[in-house]
Amino acid sequence: MKALIVDDSRAMRMMIKRVLTPLGFDTAEAGDGREALESLQEGELPDVALVDVSMPVMDGLQLVSALRSNPDTRRITIMMVTSESEPAQIVRALANGAHEYLMKPFTPEAMAGKLAVLGLLPAEPVEAW
Amino acid sequence: MPLSADEFTFFADFLRRESAISVGPDKRYLVESRLTPLALTLGYADSSALVNELRRPLADKNLRNRAVEVMTTNETSFFRDMRPFEVLRTTLVPEALRRNEATRQLRIWSAGASTGQELYSVAMLLDQQFPQLAGWTVTLYGTDLSEQVLAKARAARYSALEVNRGLPAALLVTYFTRDGNEYILDHRIRSRCQFEGMNLTSTWQVMPRFDIVFCRNVLIYFDVEAKRTVLQRIRAHLNDDGVLLLGAAETTLGVVDDYLAVPMGGTVVYRLKRGGAQ
Repeated sequence: MKALIVDDSRAMRMMIKRVLTPLGFDTAEAGDGREALESLQEGELPDVALVDVSMPVMDGLQLVSALRSNPDTRRITIMMVTSESEPAQIVRALANGAHEYLMKPFTPEAMAGKLAVLGLLPAEPVEAW
Repeated sequence: MPLSADEFTFFADFLRRESAISVGPDKRYLVESRLTPLALTLGYADSSALVNELRRPLADKNLRNRAVEVMTTNETSFFRDMRPFEVLRTTLVPEALRRNEATRQLRIWSAGASTGQELYSVAMLLDQQFPQLAGWTVTLYGTDLSEQVLAKARAARYSALEVNRGLPAALLVTYFTRDGNEYILDHRIRSRCQFEGMNLTSTWQVMPRFDIVFCRNVLIYFDVEAKRTVLQRIRAHLNDDGVLLLGAAETTLGVVDDYLAVPMGGTVVYRLKRGGAQ
């Protein structure tokens, strides 16, 4: 599985990468929506894009709209990963075409759980003593 | 000071006696990590001091309860493991709808309900997927050993971290409203669920028979004898065509013979054997 991490914070991109790599994802990164679109013209399309909302140049909602309106990229699964926690903002993201929404801060288990909800990972493993 | 071997042995026995939870010597670190915060909160110097207080013949009942509660894991999330809920949607509830058409009753029990996410997941799923249940008497019953987690279940207020775990965003915005840093479940869903305190290995309150019982990731803490007792008692509270759902690491096999393991949708459900042993 390939994942594109789109976030203007390098530290956040690193953190998400550290969660995704052990889960078997190959990752690519972009610092804003425009960079993400440019990166998609070059290589293989990712299975999932993890997208921050507030970013310079092109924000996450604009990126989602662009991905969903382009026949080449509309099949990419999109998960917003953002500190925006207002239900209205979540509704807006889903209306724009995002498939899931993960609020920061999050635990690695929460991210894995959301990826499982999206069918990109098997269901959560059972944590036993 | 960490627990001595003697203190650990006492505490493990105490826990088995009070709740049938079984902790082996390899779980010493876990016991320490759970007991120490409780000890400090209650003003004891460390976990060792707390355990020694428990050893007193007339140790405070509240302290005993708190010590047991802190050892129950309460590890839960919305739609945990997903597959049981998918099976519920595709097979188990449609079956029960057909079977119970005359009585128009559906009863589901979450045993080891913890902070409520499992039962509320069921309630949301029924609300979304089965509008034909309008006019039915639907009982959604949750029980747990710990009053502390049940209070949270009844309040149905969850942090962002908790709603992040397993709850699809579409359900979050449909069924929750934000209040400061918490998300409150819609009263319509909350009011359909009832939570009661119950120790699975002690006396059970009077309950009806259920169509579907969730008892996931509860038995893993019990020794074999307690597992057997609980599974046999659940059997007595299942309708003849009822279904038991266990955690992915749990099974009835090798414990009791009353159940038939049926693979379904990537998980396993347990049905009662016809004419099986009581």
